[in-house]
Amino acid sequence: MVTLTIDGQVVTVPADYTVLEAAEAAGIRIPRLCYLKDVSQTGSCRVCVVEIGGRLQAACVFPVSEGLEVKTNTPMVRESRRTTVELLLSNHPQDCLTCLRNQTCELQKLAQELNIRQVSFEGERTHFPIDLSSPSIIRDPNKCILCRRCISVCSEIQGVDILAARERGFDTVVSPAWQEELANTACTNCGQCVLVCPVGALTEQDDTEKVWAALADPDTHVVVQTAPAVRVTLGEEFGLEPGTVVTGKMITALRRLGFDAVFDTDFSADLTIMEEANELLQRLNDGGKLPMITSCSPGWIKFIEHQFPSLLDHLSTCKSPQQMFGALAKTYYPRKVGLDPAKIVTVSIMPCTAKKFEAERPEMRSSGYQDVDIVLTVRELARMIKEAGIDFVNLPDGEYDAPMGISTGAGLIFGATGGVMEAALRTAYEVVTGKTLAKLDFTDVRGLEGIKEASVDLDGTVLKVAVAHGLGNARKVMELIQQGKAEYHFIEIMACPGGCIGGGGQPIPTSTEIRQKRIEGIYAADRDMPLRKSHENPAIKVLYEEFLGEPLGEMSHKLLHTSYTPRLKYRTAAPCKDQEQLAGNA
Amino acid sequence: MEAANKGCCCQSMKAQDERYQKLADIIARYAGQPGALIPVLHQAQEVFGYLPNDVQVLIAEGLDVPLSEVDGVITFYSLFTSQPRGKYTIGVCMGTACYVKGAAAVLEELKQQLGIDVNGTSADGLFTLEVTRCVGACGLAPVMNIGDDVYGRLKPEDIREILDKYIQAERQADA
Ligand code: SF4
Ligand code: SF4
Ligand code: SF4
Ligand code: FES
Repeated sequence: MVTLTIDGQVVTVPADYTVLEAAEAAGIRIPRLCYLKDVSQTGSCRVCVVEIGGRLQAACVFPVSEGLEVKTNTPMVRESRRTTVELLLSNHPQDCLTCLRNQTCELQKLAQELNIRQVSFEGERTHFPIDLSSPSIIRDPNKCILCRRCISVCSEIQGVDILAARERGFDTVVSPAWQEELANTACTNCGQCVLVCPVGALTEQDDTEKVWAALADPDTHVVVQTAPAVRVTLGEEFGLEPGTVVTGKMITALRRLGFDAVFDTDFSADLTIMEEANELLQRLNDGGKLPMITSCSPGWIKFIEHQFPSLLDHLSTCKSPQQMFGALAKTYYPRKVGLDPAKIVTVSIMPCTAKKFEAERPEMRSSGYQDVDIVLTVRELARMIKEAGIDFVNLPDGEYDAPMGISTGAGLIFGATGGVMEAALRTAYEVVTGKTLAKLDFTDVRGLEGIKEASVDLDGTVLKVAVAHGLGNARKVMELIQQGKAEYHFIEIMACPGGCIGGGGQPIPTSTEIRQKRIEGIYAADRDMPLRKSHENPAIKVLYEEFLGEPLGEMSHKLLHTSYTPRLKYRTAAPCKDQEQLAGNA
Repeated sequence: MEAANKGCCCQSMKAQDERYQKLADIIARYAGQPGALIPVLHQAQEVFGYLPNDVQVLIAEGLDVPLSEVDGVITFYSLFTSQPRGKYTIGVCMGTACYVKGAAAVLEELKQQLGIDVNGTSADGLFTLEVTRCVGACGLAPVMNIGDDVYGRLKPEDIREILDKYIQAERQADA
């Protein structure tokens, strides 16, 4: 511990603290822009300057030391901070009123906090093309303030390394190599960069207009599914605490928006478990490819397709719950209720930007139509609810429609890292042993540790499993497999840190602490469910009896399973015929 | 690393091109060393004359550095170029004196005649067109240099003849 003085206050903090952290401990909030806890500490923006020994220092990177004297609010400090922010504003489009980040923008907030009332510099503005190539993410470099948080998250946490600063001085731009459009890179569409961007330079593609149009069309039957992780985060958009479970209010809001049927992705998550647990048992019995790896996370799928194309046969062939739902919503559902599948529009509410890409994959049309028509993130749904004037916090609770709204706690925990594994174990154990599980909670696979391991005794056979979240951790596990050192049977991988509760479509901010609270919300909701094992879901049993036959049966293969596409890591501009050939047969 | 992850894969074509062999040697010499990127880019540029995309990919893979970082470094330092260079660099002075005396019209004529923009290289690989700051020959304004040769008091109508001189010299050398 070291003792220092901040604005006359004596503070004792651990020796590895920065001045900014020490000030926070003393109840002094130093303004910051590029610094983001657990993500980025580049010391590049100089908004956080404080006075130490008569000189200005960046508090977010300056280490504390014994006897240090820090002043955080002097004329020199205030003037420097203001100049810094005014310079940023002089090269910034003044688009706040129509910007997606209006009122959640950190630059706006900073200008307000620093009491900036005019911009004294008339600057030349940079003009870069807006990148609209990705179905998931929009990149508008004109709004970028070069804080480099997105670079840190994409390289250090996700290990995908798409974004970097190129050129220098006034021409500096944060972009993929060669100014490539995102859609032509190995970007996974995970949206972690969107979550950390302080301004409107990285945002989700907004598909709300498409949903409004479908809802207004009297000839369509608009069906909505809500992903497991949405119910513990949507409330944050309306001022509720992270982790507050708002399932009932969300259902009511969706009905008031005009959806014709409100269903639950938890239903198809239960179905995923039925298929995936049986696939695992089949691979174990028939000497199939092991370890088998989960396939629910489209960011993870795109990552492995680009980075480890020779290991694609480790992936479970199960579609994600979103896509299983879509395929059934245009086959089973219309048959059951007597509707024309051509008139059905399927909307999904997802924690995820990558789901937008997944829905557009060419193989996701097994119903004969695009199985999932429109994907909205949590942020987009919140905007629709606000636009409709719905007083979300005071809504009465609603209930999901049958049959595709009936689910169990196993489907629900898909929203947190370790959840798919736990749900699969609950079912695999009972299917293999024929016994009832005494303890449903597999706590070894829960929580925010990057890579988790466990072994489960299935009546004599010991099943070794691992769980990884965040693509940087996924890469570590894949390298073990490559080296033949992964002695697991089954691995769960989610692209986003914390799993879907930390997805790129979730409310901003999403921090480690907030992720933790959302995870607690998920497990609390699971504990409250009357049914907590996928194979006990009565609607799933009926689905198999009436329509699918059996897990891994012919109908399942047609509607619920898929294949993967090897992709290149880079598009080289060199004329190279072999490359296309290789992409075809890798 | 799988074959599919290798940047460019025209191995057969490249095996015949000894520049790629040299590149492989350079990468092998530096692989695993910290701070290898800049010296490797430097030597690769000496071999190829510039840093084409496939070379960038081979360096990224060989040194295990993200391609976005390779591109970031190349675009940061003006000494690196990812565009091919012509045999001769044409520098048109855009200092105040030259500008006032009509350098812009001279530059425009060069662009027309060569069919390229500033920083481009002509299709025959002979010329790369650049603009320069004041070269200190204001008495001769407007001025341009082609390689080591300096041309002053230029008018747009002089350009064709000057370029033809280099093109003809090249043809004779070939014959
Ligand atoms: S990014 Fe922030 S400051 Fe910039 S236009 Fe959007 S809201 Fe305004
Ligand atoms: S979406 Fe994910 S992979 Fe793509 S640039 Fe952003 S952080 Fe990187
Ligand atoms: S895109 Fe956003 S996160 Fe990335 S550097 Fe620019 S402002 Fe920062
Ligand atoms: S917040 Fe400290 S330098 Fe940006």
